[in-house]
Amino acid sequence: MSDQIPVLVLSGITKTFGKTVANSSVSLEVKRGEIVGLLGENGAGKTTLMNILFGLYRADEGKVFVEGNEVNIATTADAISLGIGMVQQHSHAVSRHTVLENLMLGLPGKNGFLDRAFALNRLKEIADGYGLRLDPSRVVSTLAVGERQRLDIIRALFRRARVLILDEPTSVLTPQETEGLFSALRSLQADGVGIIFISHKLNEVMAITDRIVVMRRGKVVADVVNDKTVTSVTLATMMCGHEPDRVQRIPHTRGDACLVASEVVLQRDEAKKAAHKINLTIHSGEILGVAGVSGNGQVALAETIAGVARAAHGSISIDGDIIENPSPRRMQQAGLSYIPEDRIGAGFVSTMPLKDNMVLSRFSYPPFSRAGWIDWGKVLSFAESQIAEYDVRPPDPQMPVGLMSGGNQQKAIVARELAFSPRVLIIAQPTRGLDVSAIAFVQRSLITLRDAGCSIMLISDDLDEIFQLSDRIAVMYEGSIIWETPIEQATVASVGLAMNGSNPALTEARA
Amino acid sequence: MRLVASTRKISRLQNAFLPLVAVAASLVICALLIALAGANPITAFGIMLSAAFGGKFALTETLARAAPLVLSGLAALVALRTRFWNIGGEGQILVGAMAAAWIGARTSLPAPLLVPCMLVAAALAGAALAALPATLKLKLGVDEVVSTLMLNFIVMYVMMALLSGVWKDPVTGWTDSPDILPAAEFPVFWRGTRLHLGVLIAFAAVVAIGVMLQRTTFGLSMKIVGENPKAAQHAGLNVSRITLFAALLSGALAGIAGAGEVGGTQFQVIASISSGYGYAGIVVAMLARLSAAGIIPAALFLAALTTGADEMSRQTNVPFFIADAMQGISLIAVLVAMTLSRYEIKFRTVERTPHS
Repeated sequence: MSDQIPVLVLSGITKTFGKTVANSSVSLEVKRGEIVGLLGENGAGKTTLMNILFGLYRADEGKVFVEGNEVNIATTADAISLGIGMVQQHSHAVSRHTVLENLMLGLPGKNGFLDRAFALNRLKEIADGYGLRLDPSRVVSTLAVGERQRLDIIRALFRRARVLILDEPTSVLTPQETEGLFSALRSLQADGVGIIFISHKLNEVMAITDRIVVMRRGKVVADVVNDKTVTSVTLATMMCGHEPDRVQRIPHTRGDACLVASEVVLQRDEAKKAAHKINLTIHSGEILGVAGVSGNGQVALAETIAGVARAAHGSISIDGDIIENPSPRRMQQAGLSYIPEDRIGAGFVSTMPLKDNMVLSRFSYPPFSRAGWIDWGKVLSFAESQIAEYDVRPPDPQMPVGLMSGGNQQKAIVARELAFSPRVLIIAQPTRGLDVSAIAFVQRSLITLRDAGCSIMLISDDLDEIFQLSDRIAVMYEGSIIWETPIEQATVASVGLAMNGSNPALTEARA
Repeated sequence: MRLVASTRKISRLQNAFLPLVAVAASLVICALLIALAGANPITAFGIMLSAAFGGKFALTETLARAAPLVLSGLAALVALRTRFWNIGGEGQILVGAMAAAWIGARTSLPAPLLVPCMLVAAALAGAALAALPATLKLKLGVDEVVSTLMLNFIVMYVMMALLSGVWKDPVTGWTDSPDILPAAEFPVFWRGTRLHLGVLIAFAAVVAIGVMLQRTTFGLSMKIVGENPKAAQHAGLNVSRITLFAALLSGALAGIAGAGEVGGTQFQVIASISSGYGYAGIVVAMLARLSAAGIIPAALFLAALTTGADEMSRQTNVPFFIADAMQGISLIAVLVAMTLSRYEIKFRTVERTPHS
């Protein structure tokens, strides 16, 4: 189909923010029925480019053509009316409304009334055409993450999208759901929809795309047909300009039990009749990987152990000492560090300078303050030394954290929490949204910390990462740990089964 | 045509000049109002300027009027730093004034202790009044904007009941409280002016609050709680306690403003003892862009408006209420300037695309 007019052409797009050049004469082409992978490290300019295409930013220079006609995209409404659909990492659907109501949002309607018949009809067409099925009467808040994503795709198709942009679509899916997404994408492809697939996961990009465009520092550095010559090593090399180093877990002898959670019932499950009791032990020098489809209680478990949320029942001890009435401060004093998934929302005050944020949980203690007086000199020298050690960029302690890139925010929070050699570290989604070199850096820091004897609870939606780093793996399903096993005995298939709620041990026994 | 808003960033220097731009804009609008009232705006502003700053008397009078605005502005500032929307400054000033007047008339207290006791009592009264909505917010989630605002009216009517009841002058029948004792009058530290102890306390409080916000763990905690309560909780800060302390401090500062008016200016409680200082404090804090250092120029600006407008209404036929209008206009101008500094708003014609 490559002889046809490309459905979308971006030509010479340039966008600067102040002195930063986010896109420098970027050109990109998507043909009908083509899946183009867009790869690049954080700050490479992928998101900026997509935001320009979707009308969220305006380009300083460059042209956009849709089916051969030059167009002007100033708002998202322009983009939608041109047939450009965007599926973002986190769904923006109205959670209290039903699937159908969400689909009708923004439609013109008929004589000022909502046109339900039209919407239902269109939904059926999409279900029959692409196998994307969703009950129109379901309330969005009851949908699983994968189903919400399906809603977003349906919504784009509903508006007759001819170009579909998917930004990190698989980061919230189980391996099985990812397969489902891929088969839907293939049927869209067969129908002539052009797709831009943005991902950090190289193996997925290689599996689904026809062509791969790699961006680095605002420029397109490679535009290659996805054939057998493309490997994850060549792609990663193109992305970061040098050969990547993959962090390897070397088995390590673990020490005594350190973090013990016994019979913990999460607050959110308290009302349930058969609330699950969570028993969990992490030894010194051990990484426990917690897998699970997001929303199955991983965040609640992390917050409960960190003292942020109260447990409905049960106790938590570190090195044999039970912590009474756990609060964030008590857990910190017992040697626990917590790096939440929501770095900007819960880990930082984004409007405040980096130096203040580097001591966010410690400024009340010496050496940063004495008798209530802050020693800003000590704070600054601490911040500077951590910034240098962890290579946080830009190395400006006065920079508001909100203006830093995601990767550097994560480096900064790791630098902060690891500075005081915690006994226990709880870290959620440590590498989400990070680029290849930042991922390697954070993962290596975790391994080093483990080797120094820390107990680490690693919560991640990225199964590759769990397998890469964990010594043991636990799978959460509906607020309890459904399965736990040493990493040597886990397979992607068995973990996937457990993520869907069936205990692999029992399933295998039955088979 | 349609409106398109996009975000933008501005430099620190531009940021610092924003209030000045806003004040200039409000002066232009007020010039129109003055012209509407039939006076020459240039002459009118000239009268205002010389009445507010021309000479020792004018200058010290403006400073004395600025004192309650400084304290009330600080009260609003510490509350707003933790995002506790204390609209109750007016009521807290009134209870402070009443507490000071009550202590100041006690013959049972040794004379040298009268002034310190008045200040402490006023601070405690203001803090106690702020504690109520703060507790309601933290325990039950009651919206403090409503509760603090409503308390103002309750306190005002309680005060009116006292003034026309037990405090009413038995001889003249005036609705004023009994005069405080001579020993309870705040010492004046510059003879021939009205620069009393309360003025000194107000300006010292700016330094104290500024240092507290910049240099102490409590000041930093307040800022963190205000900017991101979730991060504050994750960092192990006690969000409720810090918010409560900020509310108490805010109430105490407002209470001291009330004591200053009783001890230094009126020597009794009169119905118009505050006349809106509590609300003006919010304007002061916003004009100061929530910085302690900005409180003094902001308070002086509002004080100069009232002293200036007083004189202007005497010399021209422009009514005194122009001062209130200018105060309101300057607040709106600052808020607009703050918004415009973050967003760029353009009118744009829509080009219809061939596909739509």
